[in-house]
Amino acid sequence: MNNIKIGVLALQGAVREHIQHIEALGVTGIAVKRPRELDEIAGLIIPGGESTAIGKLMVEYDFIDAVRAFGEAGKPVYGTCAGMILLAQRISEGGQPLLGLMDIEARRNAFGRQRESFEADLDIEGIGLFRAVFIRAPWIEATGEGVQTLAEFDNIKVMARQNQYLASAFHPELTGDVRIHKYFLDMIEEA
Amino acid sequence: MVETGTQRVKTGLAEMLKGGVIMDVTDASQAKIAEEAGAVAVMALERVPADIRAAGGVARMADPTKIAEIVEAVTIPVMAKARIGHFVEAQILEALGVDYIDESEVLTPADEEHHINKWDFKVPFVCGCRDMGEALRRVSEGAAMIRTKGEPGTGNIVEAVRHMRSVNEAVGWLKGLREEELFAAAKDLQAPYELIKWVHDNGRLPVVNFSAGGIATPADAALMMQLGADGVFVGSGIFKSGDPAKRAKAIVQATTHFADAALLAEISKDLGEPMVGIEISQIPQAEMMQERGW
Repeated sequence: MNNIKIGVLALQGAVREHIQHIEALGVTGIAVKRPRELDEIAGLIIPGGESTAIGKLMVEYDFIDAVRAFGEAGKPVYGTCAGMILLAQRISEGGQPLLGLMDIEARRNAFGRQRESFEADLDIEGIGLFRAVFIRAPWIEATGEGVQTLAEFDNIKVMARQNQYLASAFHPELTGDVRIHKYFLDMIEEA
Repeated sequence: MVETGTQRVKTGLAEMLKGGVIMDVTDASQAKIAEEAGAVAVMALERVPADIRAAGGVARMADPTKIAEIVEAVTIPVMAKARIGHFVEAQILEALGVDYIDESEVLTPADEEHHINKWDFKVPFVCGCRDMGEALRRVSEGAAMIRTKGEPGTGNIVEAVRHMRSVNEAVGWLKGLREEELFAAAKDLQAPYELIKWVHDNGRLPVVNFSAGGIATPADAALMMQLGADGVFVGSGIFKSGDPAKRAKAIVQATTHFADAALLAEISKDLGEPMVGIEISQIPQAEMMQERGW
């Protein structure tokens, strides 16, 4: 059993699935509801959900500065879907609270409404073929220097890494595949 | 291979809504208030349930103009209601691009025997239930999300509590049964054996379960969350209250921090008048919305 604890921001969204994936790796998963709980964890996952709702609750409960400080201290942060939007420095349209930790521009609901939601096989660098579930998903419109694109769908960037930050437009927590969570665990162990 | 409308994509959106509040709205300005308050989705309606109850007559799918206006106004998912069994209303809602269809007892049923075959659609459905049997019948018809019904438009939480407890009790009961007892359980609950077995093995419903029908205060929302709801629907409770924007925001916060009593006390302060409630025993049997659905 590994002593590392990974937190999942538990303001709203698919928290349970991420915790199940973390625990499948033999690591403790913690639902983080208040900023002080960030002290207990070595890495943080910001789950999918509604990015506007999560963003507003992050502002309300003083998470914006706390998660920025967490990331800037070198601790890994992984955002899925809504979490990817929150990690971005810019969004293509509209406004909402952002952490701005990753030098990417995200476009919300870029793939369309629910009827356009889909699953597809991606070839992820360092991981391989992966069944990815996209739900009202955003995409990465642009990346800055130092951002490595890890996966594309139809020539559109859908997964990226910048040092201790990882982002995917899709939901690995909705499949039984834990390889991306393992990749994130490796990032934590290297940090 | 790229696939749309898979069960994983349909149930997946419900997973993303967990821990959130879905609010009934009747126009674009209400939808914006809901989004601003932190709602995870809005339910586009012609009238909120309290007004449907007051108006009487036949309640139908909302005017597509109204739904389109709400879809335009917000970036969060938009749900809309079709009558029980009215698969053409559902086809129209799918064509309009709504993100979830609620086959709802709040509207007047179109079919007193059959629900919509929800497997025919790419858009996911949420359906109401009062107990485990009803929940699993809806899942077997293709529902990707369930909500316990409560009694809509009353501002009275008692029926919501009854239905959530009933579902939870059945989960505990099924979990404790021996394998050979599951066949008789399927017969008793009038639900498919495979789904009964799934609940027995996994200790929960196969899809996300929200609470609906009677939530009027932050404490009501937190109560339903503590009883095991994955999230809440608030119908008349917000826009029939004195200060909708403030109450909506408070209910969102209470749904996130449902187990933190000190915080709930803060959140619940100074919200203005709640909606006026209705005592359930004062509602004639024929007007009980929860009885609709088979």
